[in-house]
Amino acid sequence: MEEGKVLSQSVQQSAAAYAIIHEKFGEALSAFDANETMPFFEVLDTSLWPDIALLMRDHPKLKFNYMACLSGVDYQAEEKLGIVCNIESLGFFNHKLAVKVKCPRDGGFIPSVSCVWHTANWHEREAYDMYGILFTDHPDLRRILCPDDWEGFPLRKDYKVQETYHGIKVPY
Amino acid sequence: MQELDIAGLGSVRVTRKNDNVVVIEKDLATEQMVLAMGPQHPSTHGVLKLECLTDGEVVTEAEPYLGYLHRCFEKCCENVDYPAIVPYTDRMDYLSGMNSELAYALTVEKLLDIEIPRRVEFIRVIVAELNRIASHLVAIGTYGIDLGAFTPFLFCFRDREIILGLLEWASGARMLYNYIWIGGLAYDVPSDFLKRVREFVAYFRPKAVELSNLLTENEIFVKRTRGIGIMPADVAINYGWSGPMLRGSGVKWDLRRNDPYSVYPELDFNVPVPDGKVSDVGDCLSRHLVRAWEMDESLKIIEQCIDKMPTAEGFNPRSAIPKRIRPKAGEVYARAENPRGELGFYILSDGKSTKPLRCKARSSCFVNLSAMKDLSKGQLIPDLVAIIGSIDIVLGEVDR
Repeated sequence: MEEGKVLSQSVQQSAAAYAIIHEKFGEALSAFDANETMPFFEVLDTSLWPDIALLMRDHPKLKFNYMACLSGVDYQAEEKLGIVCNIESLGFFNHKLAVKVKCPRDGGFIPSVSCVWHTANWHEREAYDMYGILFTDHPDLRRILCPDDWEGFPLRKDYKVQETYHGIKVPY
Repeated sequence: MQELDIAGLGSVRVTRKNDNVVVIEKDLATEQMVLAMGPQHPSTHGVLKLECLTDGEVVTEAEPYLGYLHRCFEKCCENVDYPAIVPYTDRMDYLSGMNSELAYALTVEKLLDIEIPRRVEFIRVIVAELNRIASHLVAIGTYGIDLGAFTPFLFCFRDREIILGLLEWASGARMLYNYIWIGGLAYDVPSDFLKRVREFVAYFRPKAVELSNLLTENEIFVKRTRGIGIMPADVAINYGWSGPMLRGSGVKWDLRRNDPYSVYPELDFNVPVPDGKVSDVGDCLSRHLVRAWEMDESLKIIEQCIDKMPTAEGFNPRSAIPKRIRPKAGEVYARAENPRGELGFYILSDGKSTKPLRCKARSSCFVNLSAMKDLSKGQLIPDLVAIIGSIDIVLGEVDR
């Protein structure tokens, strides 16, 4: 964050919400990135992600009850995969926050939060389908958009499309 | 009591009352049956497959299977420039292309941080609201068909045709417009366009009432929808529902009001939610009613936009369009109120390329449909049809 820059009201609200989470979890979170387009923080200790999610949902001053979006992302330069969750408080407060959780590219996993927000259920399935991110404790981790027997994870930056699928030529 | 074997149905226990045989219990084989509904089924509104586990006429579990219309939207986005994504967004929700384009344009504009001419904003809102009416007309019409009412469908398509004609006049296409560009519009509206839109508003107001009466005052329609598929407000929020679905559960939440964008803060309109008098809050009828009421609000918005709009003098719809769209490194999530709910885009830019590193579409129907498993538990098969219809899915957007 640049010194002396005046933050807009919505970013200030997000910063205040972050302060409450940071008070409880401290070292497990990265610093708050107060950019104007999408203020976010990263969860450094991924095993605490469901606990953080629960706190965000149930804390009387946070009430992040609505998960708008969960997107998988391939951070190729960092050799990592990750998710970006856009969460907000619907009907209680005006604050919203984005949370990033990253895991190693090979054999990495992220704990599922589908028990905290039902929205995460299908979105995590989609992230698994497209990036191969494994979500532990997910109730039903299957492919959702691609066929079950599709090879590879299409949105990974190093994805190579399979030559044929059941005798049908795939690359056009 | 005695046991008989009637017509090979297996063992049936009967009792005799006044010389009549009364069946009191049947030991029939009552194992659960898997019934696949779709992907080619008229009531699933496209290529959705529901795998239902049925116990007689009762659905004990229904698992949706998607992906039959998956066209790799997000993969395509990684390979084309920012402006070239606009036509792809049309093809996501093909019933409300203008709204999808608007949501995408808003997202990239937020990342670019550019000012849009006021007239462009008003034209965008007008075409988006027209498209919202057209989309709701399809939703209401096909919902009527699902429940056995054929006439409203014909009325809906008659009026929708006028809207499609207007949008075709403005953009050159009936459904896949490519009209709202990043930073502007493809063209200004034709000179007589606003007059014709005003005529349409005057024409459509009474027609909307007629249409509404045709369904909501129809005993059969109400019997099929009232009290069916009730979704409590807190569960709806937890499922991430948005748009008419969420408002049907009684939550007054509209992105045009609660997270305003474009010129919506200047406009006066209501956010209708059911009050529980003519429907049970959260049931299929509420969701249908919210759509019907919303059409009226859209008409109000269109009228106000025409009144408040700056004149076309010296107006260039492409004046604010950047020559080369290359946003600075960063990420953004922005959304707009689609006819079906919140359509959001998450874009990640590396600051070097003219292509997004990642462009994710948060589809409203995808999220709304995810509650299907919970909603369908213990429902009758005919009610399942009513519930799917009330979700108003467009498979193009669900599968992307």
